Amino acid sequence: MNLRKYLKVYKKFLHTSLACELEYKTNILVDLITAILSLIGSIFLLSIFFQNNRSIGGWEFEEALIIQGIYTILNGITNTWFNPNLTEIVKHIREGTLDFVLLKPIDSQFFISLKKINPSGFLEIILGFFLLLFCIRINEINLNMSFLTLTLMTITCSISILYSLWFFISTTTIWFVKTWNATEVLRSFLYIGRFPLNSFSFSLRIFFSVFIPIAFITTIPSEVFLGLSQLWKILLEVVVASVFLITSRKFWLFALKFYSSASS
Amino acid sequence: MISNLFNRKIFTLLKVQYSNMLEYRVEIALWAISGIIPFFMLNIWTNNNLNESINISDVMLSRYFLCAFFVRQFSVVWVVFSFEEDSLMGKVSPYLIQPLNPFFRYFAQHLAEQITRFPFALIIAFFFFIFNPESIWIPNLGILFLALVSTFLSFLIQFLIQSIVACLCFWTERASSIERLLFIPTLFLSGLLAPVVSFPAYIKSWIYLTPFPYLIDFPANLLSGNETNISGGLSMQILWIFLLFPLFKKIWSEGTKKYTAMGS
Repeated sequence: MNLRKYLKVYKKFLHTSLACELEYKTNILVDLITAILSLIGSIFLLSIFFQNNRSIGGWEFEEALIIQGIYTILNGITNTWFNPNLTEIVKHIREGTLDFVLLKPIDSQFFISLKKINPSGFLEIILGFFLLLFCIRINEINLNMSFLTLTLMTITCSISILYSLWFFISTTTIWFVKTWNATEVLRSFLYIGRFPLNSFSFSLRIFFSVFIPIAFITTIPSEVFLGLSQLWKILLEVVVASVFLITSRKFWLFALKFYSSASS
Repeated sequence: MISNLFNRKIFTLLKVQYSNMLEYRVEIALWAISGIIPFFMLNIWTNNNLNESINISDVMLSRYFLCAFFVRQFSVVWVVFSFEEDSLMGKVSPYLIQPLNPFFRYFAQHLAEQITRFPFALIIAFFFFIFNPESIWIPNLGILFLALVSTFLSFLIQFLIQSIVACLCFWTERASSIERLLFIPTLFLSGLLAPVVSFPAYIKSWIYLTPFPYLIDFPANLLSGNETNISGGLSMQILWIFLLFPLFKKIWSEGTKKYTAMGS
């Protein structure tokens, strides 16, 4: 793999898709307002839960805000990269344009996952980041190197898991052709990531850590953020993330064997 | 004679759209599944005993969220997305020549989709009752009828709002981002995630003047047998329809005057 070539290609991707999106300027402005309102809405919902309770599932309001912050960052990443690209797979397969992607002298997964970018998700990432900074202050967390590396590491793992989930579902399009709504189902399940896992009943907790690993996506990074997480949980997260990444890659290569272009 | 012709048109439209929707039944099933967020919310509420503070028993709350799920299922509107695609692809031009407002076509599409969705929603409700057998109840016929009417009115309000937004396509081409913006207050204030009674007083003081609580909270309270002002709610729904309909007619006539086909 030639890293420099891929970097160069990615720069071109960035340039073209940004130029394309910036054609719709009011659109971006509206999306920015949407992101702000959405964060206000979720904090409002959280405050309803906490208006008569000190803690929910062992999390106090100030601590639950951390989950909210991490969720907002991850949601921003989803909206910036995963959502615009991976819904495109559906289009490629329906219209038969996946052929053109496969013929290019570049890795097809790389092309398909990074071709487009939606700049309006950036604000969400920034908002989430500021919310986390605010949480550092109100929870009196002291910053040091190990804290930063562990947090970064777990968040990177969450991003990998999230990406793999999206990519996995989009790949199934090769068999089912129309899976727009499957991503919608995933989206509604991911919504749960806004709340601490412990606030759900036992059976749902199992479901959300085994079948759809939402527990790993937001709760563990938040625990790390608070300095509460045990080492085995962090290691488990790393293992889960790598398993997800590798299987999604294998699954894509496997699925391509079944791809026959349109009208063949 | 005229009304007869009108009926025939609507009947034919419905029949065509229903057979069209049946082709996508898997997709619609996935749509139905993606609407289960209220059940996750219910889990948070009851698992943390949050409902004690708002004086709603577990059973009543679970009925409320089940009804919220149903009301949401039958008031989902996506006309802006269809219209945006049609207008970007230039499909609106042939529709405009026909002696029928194209919004009737979308309206029939929505109704047909609801009919297709109905069995899936019933299956989900069936599973809900398996897990929560104590919340089974049979609303009396009068209430059921009123709840159906108010759900339909809620659907009409949302359809009108989205049609107004869709007409903005005549000016901006991409109107779906405005819809995504409007969706945020709908999501948080309509009662889908938390019943409006649980909202803090400073929100409750003005929220009943907006259309939001009449979209999900009011019909769901009505159907589930929770306390609500039936005549007040219904009249507010009708009032909003009377306010929105002339606005839609106005913006539609302005927009079609402005409309020029692609390439002209």
